[in-house]
Amino acid sequence: MIPTPYAVSIRRFLALLSFPETITMILLIAAFAVSASLSPYFLDIRYLLDSTSLYMEVGLMALAMTLVIISGNIDLSIASNLALTAVICAKLYSSLGVPMAVALILAPVIGSALGLANGLVVTMLRLPSLAVTLGTLALYRGLAQVLVGDHSIGHFPDWFTGIDYRYLGPMPMPLLIFLGAAVLFALLLHKTVFGRCVFAVGTNELAAKFSGIRTGRVKLAIFTLSGAMAGCGAMMMLSRLSVARYDLALGDELAVITTVVLGGTDIFGGRGTILGTALALLLLDIIRRGMGVANVSAEDQLAVTGALLVAAVLLARLSAGIGRRVSLISHR
Amino acid sequence: MPRWSIALSLALMILISSCKRQEVSQTAPSQGGKLRMVYIPKNTGNPYFDPLVDGFRKAASDAGVDFTTVAPATADATSQLPLIEDQVQRGVNVLALSPNSPDALNPALRDAMRRGITVITVDSDLTGSEDARTAAVLTVDPQTVGQSQIELMGSLIGYKGKFAILSATTDAPNQNLWIGFMKDTLAKNPKYSQMQLVEIAYGNDEPQKSTTECEALLTKYPDLRGILSPTTVGIAAAANVVEAAGKASQIMVTGLGTPDQMRRFVKDGTVKAFALWSPYDEGYLAGIVGPQIAGGALKPVPGAKFQAGSLGPREFRDNNIIITGPPVTFTIDNIDQFHF
Repeated sequence: MIPTPYAVSIRRFLALLSFPETITMILLIAAFAVSASLSPYFLDIRYLLDSTSLYMEVGLMALAMTLVIISGNIDLSIASNLALTAVICAKLYSSLGVPMAVALILAPVIGSALGLANGLVVTMLRLPSLAVTLGTLALYRGLAQVLVGDHSIGHFPDWFTGIDYRYLGPMPMPLLIFLGAAVLFALLLHKTVFGRCVFAVGTNELAAKFSGIRTGRVKLAIFTLSGAMAGCGAMMMLSRLSVARYDLALGDELAVITTVVLGGTDIFGGRGTILGTALALLLLDIIRRGMGVANVSAEDQLAVTGALLVAAVLLARLSAGIGRRVSLISHR
Repeated sequence: MPRWSIALSLALMILISSCKRQEVSQTAPSQGGKLRMVYIPKNTGNPYFDPLVDGFRKAASDAGVDFTTVAPATADATSQLPLIEDQVQRGVNVLALSPNSPDALNPALRDAMRRGITVITVDSDLTGSEDARTAAVLTVDPQTVGQSQIELMGSLIGYKGKFAILSATTDAPNQNLWIGFMKDTLAKNPKYSQMQLVEIAYGNDEPQKSTTECEALLTKYPDLRGILSPTTVGIAAAANVVEAAGKASQIMVTGLGTPDQMRRFVKDGTVKAFALWSPYDEGYLAGIVGPQIAGGALKPVPGAKFQAGSLGPREFRDNNIIITGPPVTFTIDNIDQFHF
C-alpha cells in the first residue's frame, strides 16, 4: 500500500513525539512563554544567564546521573558525596595547608573514590544500588558533619572564589563548564562503545552479560564517574559560596534525579539522552526564575515543580508507547 | 527531536530576552517614584515572622513605600539565594532579610549592594561579614538575652538541678550567640553554680523534629528539671511534649516564644513564664530605617541618632547595628495584654 501524504506527515509527527527530549522541549517553550507573561522582569538575558549559576552543580551531577539511571541504577548519595568532598578539600586547605590548586585537582579524585566505593558494594555484593546509595547518602553526609561539626570553613584564596562572577564574553563560567561537560558526556554516551554498553546494561543486564559485556566493570565505571562529577560540583559550589559546610547541597539528590527524569530518561533504564537532561536543567531554571521574579510563594513553586515532574513522566510514557508503535508501522 | 528545531527554539528565546532587556532596565528601579522594599524571612510557616511582617507593613504604609514579602520553603543555609537574586532583578530599593547563614549569602548580598540596593539584616546578623549589608536591626543585646534567659530558668527551678536547651538549627547565628552567653553566665555567676546544662538538642525549627528531640530528652534524663528553648517553634513543641507526658509540675518549660502561640500553655499552667522582645517593633523599626537610608534621609554611621516613628529615639551602634528594645517576660498576669 502506498501511504498518502497525510499519513506520512502524521507518522513524522508521531516519530517526533517519540524522541525522549521532545516533551521536555515543549514544556521548556511553554514555561518560557508563561514566565515572560507573568512578570516584566523575567525577559532579561543578563539575569537569565547569571541565574543559571545557581543550578550548575546540580547540572554537573545530573549529567553523570543520566548514565547511572540509563544503566538501570540510581545514585542517591551523589549530593552527600559533593558535601563530603567539599568538606575534605576545605579541611585539607585550612588545617593541613594543602594549596588550594592541589585541593582543586584532588576533589574529583576524592569524589571518584567515594563513587567507586558505591560501585564496589553494588557489583561485588550484588546489592541493589537504591539500598546501597541510600546508606551512603546518610554515611557521607554524616562523615562530613563529623569532620567539621556545625562550623563553616571559609577564607579561600581570591583566585578560587566567586566563579559565578567570572565571565567569558556574556557567559558565566559555571554555565560554560556545564556546557563543556555536557558535550563530553553526550559524546561518551551516544558515540562510544562504552555508551552502547551503558544502554545495553540498562535494557537487559543478563542479555548484556551473555553478549560478552563485562557488566560489573561498566557499572563500576558509571558509579566512579558519578562520584567524579560530584567532586567537580563540590569545587564549583565551594567557589560560588566561598564556604564549606556539612549541609552543602542538602537534598540536591532529588533535584538531580528530577532533572534527569524530566529530561526524558526512563527511570527503569535503557532510554535517555544527555540533550534531554540539559534541556530539563534549563526548564527547571526557567520555571524557578519565572515564578521567583513573579513572587510566587515557595509552596506554590514546590507544587508546580512536582506536578510538572508527574506530567513529564506520564507524557514520556505515552511518547515511548508512540515510539514503539511508529517503529512497528514502519517495519511492516 | 531534530537538533535544528531545538537549536532554533533556544536561539529564539535568547533573541526575545535580549530584545526586551533595555525596556525592562529602564522601568525597573522605581514605579511612580515610590521606593520599593522587600523582606525575606528565614522560611515560610514560622509564626515568629508574622508580627515582624506586620511591623514592616505599618512602617511602609506610613512612609508610602511599596512593600512585599517572600520566603523560602526551608531554612537551610542557601535557600534564600535564589530569592535574593530574583528581588535584585525586580529592582527593589531596600532588601531586608533574616539571613539563614552568616556566610553563604554574602557574595549575593555584596552584589546587591554594588547595584545600589540598601541591604538590611533583621533579627540575625552576618557576624564577621558586616560589609555585606548596609545596617542591621537586631532584637536585644545577645548578652542580655543570654543572662535573662538563665535567670528566668533559674527562678523557675529554684536555681538547682538539670536542664536542657532545645535550639533551632546547629548553625542558627542568633541561637548560637545566645547559648554562648548562657554558658558564660552559668560558668561565671556563682548564683547559678548548682544548675547543670546537660544537653543542647537541635529541633531545626521544625515542629516534628523539635518534638522528637524533646521526647528524647525526657527519656534520657528522667530527673530533668527544665527545658529552655530560645526559639518559638522549639518552646511550643517542648510545652506540648511536657504536657502530653503529664510532667508539667516536674519539668519547667521556658525560653522565647510568642504570646499567641504560648497563651494556651500559660493558661493551663504547663508554662509559668517565658520571654520575648516585640518582633512587631523589630519589623517596624527595620521598615523605617531601610527606606530612610535608601532615600538618603539617614546616613548609616555608628553614633548617628534618629527618630524611629512611635518607638522614639534610636541610634546606630558599632557595625551599624540598631537595637529594638529590652525583652518582655510573659506570665499569666500580663499575657492577655499582648497579641502577636
